[in-house]
Amino acid sequence: MIVAKQKPIEEIIETVDPYNRILVVGCNECVTVCEAGGKKEVAVLAASLRMYFMNQGRDIQIDEVTLERQCDREYLEEIRNRMDQYDAVISLACGVGVQFMAETYMRTPVLPGVDTCFLGVTEERGVWTERCQGCGQCILASTGGICPVSRCAKRLFNGPCGGSTKGHCEINKDLVCGWQLIIDRLTELGRLDDYEKIAPIKDWSTERAGGPRKVVREDVI
Amino acid sequence: MRLQYPSNVKVVRVPCTGKVDLIHLLRSFEKGADGVYVLGCMEGECRFETGNLRARKRVTQAQKILDSIGIGGERVQMYNLSSSEGPRFAEFATEMTQKIREMGPNPIKIALKKKAA
Repeated sequence: MIVAKQKPIEEIIETVDPYNRILVVGCNECVTVCEAGGKKEVAVLAASLRMYFMNQGRDIQIDEVTLERQCDREYLEEIRNRMDQYDAVISLACGVGVQFMAETYMRTPVLPGVDTCFLGVTEERGVWTERCQGCGQCILASTGGICPVSRCAKRLFNGPCGGSTKGHCEINKDLVCGWQLIIDRLTELGRLDDYEKIAPIKDWSTERAGGPRKVVREDVI
Repeated sequence: MRLQYPSNVKVVRVPCTGKVDLIHLLRSFEKGADGVYVLGCMEGECRFETGNLRARKRVTQAQKILDSIGIGGERVQMYNLSSSEGPRFAEFATEMTQKIREMGPNPIKIALKKKAA
């Protein structure tokens, strides 16, 4: 899922200061799981903002709603008939949702409430780590399900660099060496001869370095 | 035990302090409460094992939020006691009331009164 982090409330207050009628919109998917922008977080943010502005002596209207997702048009349409009541929207969805909301409601300022971080997993409640960087050409079949693009600091494709110490990366000792994990996994799977196969030079044009990307399914359009 | 404790303390009973969520604490202040305190079982003695520990974390979150919006994190506190400790119940009620009186009224309460007038 997309892992995001709540913005400090001081930052949100600063961006929302010029407006008087605000709608806080959450998302029921990834940001709910990483406890950054779901229904609970929307309620907490809205209550905090109301208290802050009341304390400042300003009478601000702050409403709350949580949509199923903010990356599909049908869910964004659910709030169309109430958008004219607001001067601004704080979206607690990931960057994708904020942008799509802004495109859908061009006349209303849409402000982000979370910082979108990466694609990752929940290791335990409260700890999320990166797993995928969306390189566009998945090679997990040959690396035992562990990605050298996202988990090797040097993004090496043909084995470890040799700089690791006790299975930890030489660049950051808190990081486990991605290749150590791959080799351990291939050993467990009994597929160490996969390691001997040389991977060809990667086509990085499908990665974000190649520019904004698009996927089209001709068969479903 | 017929012990006296300040009459301004309103008791809201819950089956376990684990039921108390962050939004309950914040909404109390939004509605004008001067102070909120959570009384939970002794740590390690929660019959649901971690309920009071969750409450402790949520109270800490609430303190942080209230500090950042200028209401004052000390208005929300958590105390732990056993259900048989009547005198401590009264002691916490008195202590909290004393602390809140020193801090003064919740600015939200004043703002709400002004708005109603």
